[in-house]
Amino acid sequence: MKLAMPVEAKDMEKKVSPSFGRTPYFLIYDTDSKEAIYLDNGAAGTQGGAGIKAAQIIVDSNVQALLTPRCGKNAAEVLVDSGIKLYKTREGSVKENLEDFASDKLELLEEIHEGFHNHGGK
Amino acid sequence: MKQLLILSGKGGTGKTTVAGAFIKLAKAKAYADCDVDAPNLHLIMRDLKEPVRKDFYGMDKAVIDQDRCTACGLCQEHCRFHAIDHDPLYHVNPYACEGCGVCERLCPEGAITLQSDLAGELMLYSGEPVFSTAELKMGSGTSGLLVTEVKKQLTHEAKDAEMAIIDGSPGIGCPVIASISGVDMTLVVAEPSISGISDMKRILETAKKSNVETALCVNKYDTNLKNTKSIEDFCQDHQIHFLGKIPYDPEAVKAINNVQSIVEVNCPSGAAVKKVFERTIKILLNES
Amino acid sequence: MKIAVLSGKGGAGKTLVSVNLAAAAKEATYMDCDVEEPNGHLFFKPGKVHTEFVYNKIPVVDEQRCTGCRTCVDFCKFNALAYINGKLRIFEEICHSCGGCQLFCPEDALWEKNKAIGKIETGVSENVQVLTGVLNTGEASGIPIINRLFEAGQNTQNHTIIDCPPGSACSVMESIEDADYCVLVAEPTLFGAHNLKMVHELVTLFKKPHGVVLNKCVEGDNPSEEFCVNHNIRILEKIPYDTELGTLNSNAFIAVREQTAYRQLFSSLLQKIDKEVAYETTTHP
Repeated sequence: MKLAMPVEAKDMEKKVSPSFGRTPYFLIYDTDSKEAIYLDNGAAGTQGGAGIKAAQIIVDSNVQALLTPRCGKNAAEVLVDSGIKLYKTREGSVKENLEDFASDKLELLEEIHEGFHNHGGK
Repeated sequence: MKQLLILSGKGGTGKTTVAGAFIKLAKAKAYADCDVDAPNLHLIMRDLKEPVRKDFYGMDKAVIDQDRCTACGLCQEHCRFHAIDHDPLYHVNPYACEGCGVCERLCPEGAITLQSDLAGELMLYSGEPVFSTAELKMGSGTSGLLVTEVKKQLTHEAKDAEMAIIDGSPGIGCPVIASISGVDMTLVVAEPSISGISDMKRILETAKKSNVETALCVNKYDTNLKNTKSIEDFCQDHQIHFLGKIPYDPEAVKAINNVQSIVEVNCPSGAAVKKVFERTIKILLNES
Repeated sequence: MKIAVLSGKGGAGKTLVSVNLAAAAKEATYMDCDVEEPNGHLFFKPGKVHTEFVYNKIPVVDEQRCTGCRTCVDFCKFNALAYINGKLRIFEEICHSCGGCQLFCPEDALWEKNKAIGKIETGVSENVQVLTGVLNTGEASGIPIINRLFEAGQNTQNHTIIDCPPGSACSVMESIEDADYCVLVAEPTLFGAHNLKMVHELVTLFKKPHGVVLNKCVEGDNPSEEFCVNHNIRILEKIPYDTELGTLNSNAFIAVREQTAYRQLFSSLLQKIDKEVAYETTTHP
């Protein structure tokens, strides 16, 4: 299956990005073929609605799951409506989180936060 | 880092004076001024060194190239923000333009482009303490985003600080909503006038919509005891922590004009603020 | 004649001055452009109030016509549209009402509905027509409401006193755009002087004739007065800190209607402003 993760750099040893909407890149990872590609996040620099635009990018990349530390209300709507499952990442590197996901150690993301109302993210 | 935001709804109730006092009492290692429209906190902070300055670009704004423009007027016809003037050359009023891009796309001559617009300046005083602030260029409309940048700058530079005190802005709009997001607690400084009470209710409503722990104190309470009592009753009825009353104090004006906080001189308002501070911190640090 | 009253800093006395100026005139229109926190109506307590809601237009999609071409999604600078599972999703709170998606849809699949963002209220209080703008809590921008206020108040021959929002952002600019004269109200603190400087820059940029009212004056140095003197700015009036005036104001009474002394103060201020405007029109026609 294919999954996505917001990442700080194009390097699996580096950390998962703390933000979904404003992350610089997305990792698109195929758990069967172990193929990894990185997408630039076009939403990172926008004035508002970054979560929505980022979610659209994820939807268009045909993944089945998103691994992320957090997610806003509007983005979550887009993702959930498209049938994408949201998992909560933990502190650590991209590689560590992929391993945890493979061994079923990651939990579903339950906490969806309020939108930042056009004012950027934390 | 626990974040405490000082708000008021109505302007002039004493936000910055109270924030300044809290910063001195807490010996705060991190603080910020989110009133980017009219920042004042730096005026009562002594020994500030030169800050790191960063340009802040707001929304892109449309610009009309006069060489290509044929004055067809299509842009003005469709602009929802009354941002295109015609006198007789067509040009964009950058204060009204919201960067929507409709005119850029409509123009049959390709004479309009969206360009980045300098909307303000961020300032960061680093070291101990960390002070983050910004100033919006006159007439700019993107206060909310600049407020977010001020907070981002603060949390990034002062990661290890236990607590940050943030001076907010008046009103209930864009910059206030942006400043509330992500804080642990907000203290509303109210004044006991009819206008003050009306504005207080609106800011409390705004804070409630964001689900943040809210407390309140009354400044200049002795200018109207009856109204002060109404405010106390209101807080009780609406489960808002009522944390104290600060008297009107001419010594406060003198202190401010001498670039001092009211807690640095011996005065009644200073003594009262100390009590409000102690009660506020208790709630802030018990918040999980 | 339109007189805008502004201050840069909140709490300096904009509403005190604008409400009393309007009350002191023979007949006037008072316009409250501080739509986030309108206060003038608390003093005037107008009667015969007529309410009009102010709307923004939000897009609505006709799903039968939509082909999923995504022209609208890609165009929207505010990212208010997403296309998921064969359907267009519109995020209303993010939408800025620019009308672009509707304009550029190749299938004519988008039309618009109204979303209330606030209201304007017109009423009467003795000699004053009271126009109040109110922004709904949670809404980001009050500009459309200020625009509507000016449209509602345009057909008057009387003095129009405009109570402006604090600061110097776009909503303030919108409020002073049509003003003939600007009264800057300043308090005698370091904060007051700092913000007076800001708002002075604004009225200078807009080439508005202006003068200053120093409010809540106490003994000792007045940094705002110093600023005026140093920059050759006309001081129209110095109102001393006055507990009686403060109490009246705090209880939402209009000082001019309570005591002759205050009526004289504000009538005289209005006359000074009239003279200033007359002077301006003869020297700068």
